Amino acid sequence: MTAALHAEWTKLRTVAGPLWLVIGAAVLTAALSAAAVGAAECPATGCGQDAVRTSLAGVQLGQAIVAVLAVLVIGDEYRNGLIRTTLATVPSRVTLLAAKGVVVAGATLAAAIPGVLGAYLAGRLILPGRGFTAARGYPPMSLTDGATLRAVAGSVLYLTLVALLSLGLAAAVRDAPTGVGTVLGVLYLAPVLITVVSDPDWEKRLRQLTPSDAGLSIQHTIGVADLPIGPWAGLGVLALWSAGALLLGGLLLRLRDA
Amino acid sequence: MSGFVGLLHAELTKFRSVRGWVVGCGLAVFLMLLFAGLAGAGSSHTGGGPGGGKAPLGPDGTPVLDGLTLVHQPLDGDGTLTVRVASLIGSEPPEGAHDGVAPTAPDAPVAPPPAAAEPWAKAGLIVKSGTTPGSAYAAVMVTGGHGVRMQHDYTHDKAGPADARWLRLVRTGGTVTGYASTDGTAWTQVGSAALAAGDATAGIFVATPGHEEFEQFPGGSSSIGGKVVATGTFDNLAFSGGRPGADWSTIAVANDSDPHAPPVVSSRTGDTFTVQGNGDVAPTTGGPGPKLEQTLVGSFAALTVVAVLGVLFVTTEYRRGLVRTTFTTTPGRIRVLAAKAVVLGAITFVLGLVASTGALLLGTAILGGDGYPATVGTQVRLVVGTAALLAVAAVFALAIGTILRRGAGAVAAVVLLITLPYILSVAAVLPAVPAQWVLRLTPAAAFAVQQTLHVWPQVHQAYTPAFGYFPLSPWGGFAVLCGWTAAALTIAAVLLRRRDA
Repeated sequence: MTAALHAEWTKLRTVAGPLWLVIGAAVLTAALSAAAVGAAECPATGCGQDAVRTSLAGVQLGQAIVAVLAVLVIGDEYRNGLIRTTLATVPSRVTLLAAKGVVVAGATLAAAIPGVLGAYLAGRLILPGRGFTAARGYPPMSLTDGATLRAVAGSVLYLTLVALLSLGLAAAVRDAPTGVGTVLGVLYLAPVLITVVSDPDWEKRLRQLTPSDAGLSIQHTIGVADLPIGPWAGLGVLALWSAGALLLGGLLLRLRDA
Repeated sequence: MSGFVGLLHAELTKFRSVRGWVVGCGLAVFLMLLFAGLAGAGSSHTGGGPGGGKAPLGPDGTPVLDGLTLVHQPLDGDGTLTVRVASLIGSEPPEGAHDGVAPTAPDAPVAPPPAAAEPWAKAGLIVKSGTTPGSAYAAVMVTGGHGVRMQHDYTHDKAGPADARWLRLVRTGGTVTGYASTDGTAWTQVGSAALAAGDATAGIFVATPGHEEFEQFPGGSSSIGGKVVATGTFDNLAFSGGRPGADWSTIAVANDSDPHAPPVVSSRTGDTFTVQGNGDVAPTTGGPGPKLEQTLVGSFAALTVVAVLGVLFVTTEYRRGLVRTTFTTTPGRIRVLAAKAVVLGAITFVLGLVASTGALLLGTAILGGDGYPATVGTQVRLVVGTAALLAVAAVFALAIGTILRRGAGAVAAVVLLITLPYILSVAAVLPAVPAQWVLRLTPAAAFAVQQTLHVWPQVHQAYTPAFGYFPLSPWGGFAVLCGWTAAALTIAAVLLRRRDA
């Protein structure tokens, strides 16, 4: 396993693409969050907005970049035929997928931690100037607050789980562009469907069971009791999706030819 | 041109001989139908109006609200009405009201305290062809915040002088003309409308929309408000042309019977009338029912599939080395790109037509009669527009794939440029003004072809993406996507010629 890990790390760091994707994910997460908080406003009469959740909005874009990174880790091997060499050196395909999972998780953490912290800082610095002052019920955001820390740490975990979900689906599909299309469809189509469903039961079920909506409930700091699914439970749903995808990918990797 | 036709044939052969791509085409159609079914099944079947009934239709088929209070007499032929609107005030909305429904249910409706009138509260003169909700009318009125207006048949609105208080309606044959004056002697014409000659009813009326505040916050949008009562005081009422011996009677024309609505009264002391109204006379703005474009929500899934197909169509050639054979047989590389674009666009357009028609029919069949009605022209625009959107998005993906030559990044770029702005705007992650700019500048503007809701200047509504209103017109938004695609194709053509295969 150590040798497989070392091999995967070598593959990751010797190609230019993953480094740019890691940097891009961090930068875009922070940038979209800065744009969202820059446009947010709290009038003098007060507002019901969740300031922490608004400042973590960049995760919606960062998840796509992180997904592309994870898909490329395995999709590119099929593209240039390296997969045969890889499977010859690491015959245990489960070990191979596990090693790729560890490396992908590490790379995603390297992107998610600066990205999410950057988003949090953008909110911390910009929101008080947009009307989110202590007088209106929005004291300056602080990581010592339990709910805020949960939202920030949970967002980092969310991105990591999305990366693992993408890895599993890409291993199942074996083609990089199709893998990206499948993963982005899984992540982004459910929110679109939720906007058109007006039956409250359907909406609640969709928010509880789909990966991106359930996972993003970790970002809520206000009104947690009224959420369709609790923060950690939502992240657990996403973890189940990721585990299922990895299981599917691993199974298909074992059963099929390279 | 036989060379180009041969090239088209070659590209078509390349497309249809890959089993995965043909399966992808079928998948796109299947996903459109699946999502149409889900959207239809997942919409509550509670109908359109607040009282549980469907909104009545105006003379031109638009769903309307017709809840005015009318103090009227029959008017069988020509006639003239003159009145002075002494005052128009409103009332406080109920405490904590949400989406137009009062939270507490008192046994007897309680009269709310007075306040300033809503900007679109109306008090004035009207000639209406009947008292059934949805019947044609022509009216001249004083509004709470928009001066004198002449409106007829719900959808037509014309502004008059801002400070006039004297109003006059003259009916001659099939035309009704409205006049306004500040002192009762010098009249300026506000406008004229056609109203079928014959039996009608005429008099003074008061109407007001409910008080609504629209709030948009990350993750959703809501409207808060409730019914209010507008009170209009009229004097110097003069009426000629009515039946001899007829007297004024009051009726509240209503298309919903809300037992918790504030009470509505009218009283008369001598020649002064005090009339209260709590409903509006205007087109509806969608309401809680499902919108027709929601049956086409599957176009996002189809878009993702089509983007993957477009990218694969060009990147697979590089991956397999087929690109060298292609450029050997056809040295004109731009012709190759053009042929690919034509073949891909044609296949995707036909696919889109089939899928959209199926999705629309399936969705409306599941919804039954519910949902905001749309004219045949709008439905054709929905189907053809969605198919065109899919075709142009596929060509856009082809161009991006040619530029990047890497499949994964190209698919991500196309999906993020077209889908993500839509999600961020409609799911209200971005506030209203940035959302509108995003939907003007990014290729996601093309989804405006799917808008069925109409913008009415005389109705107060949050005309923002979160409520279903796109900033650009349908074909204007589509032109933005075409612009992006043209730019991408140009860059792709330049790079294709300059770079090695």
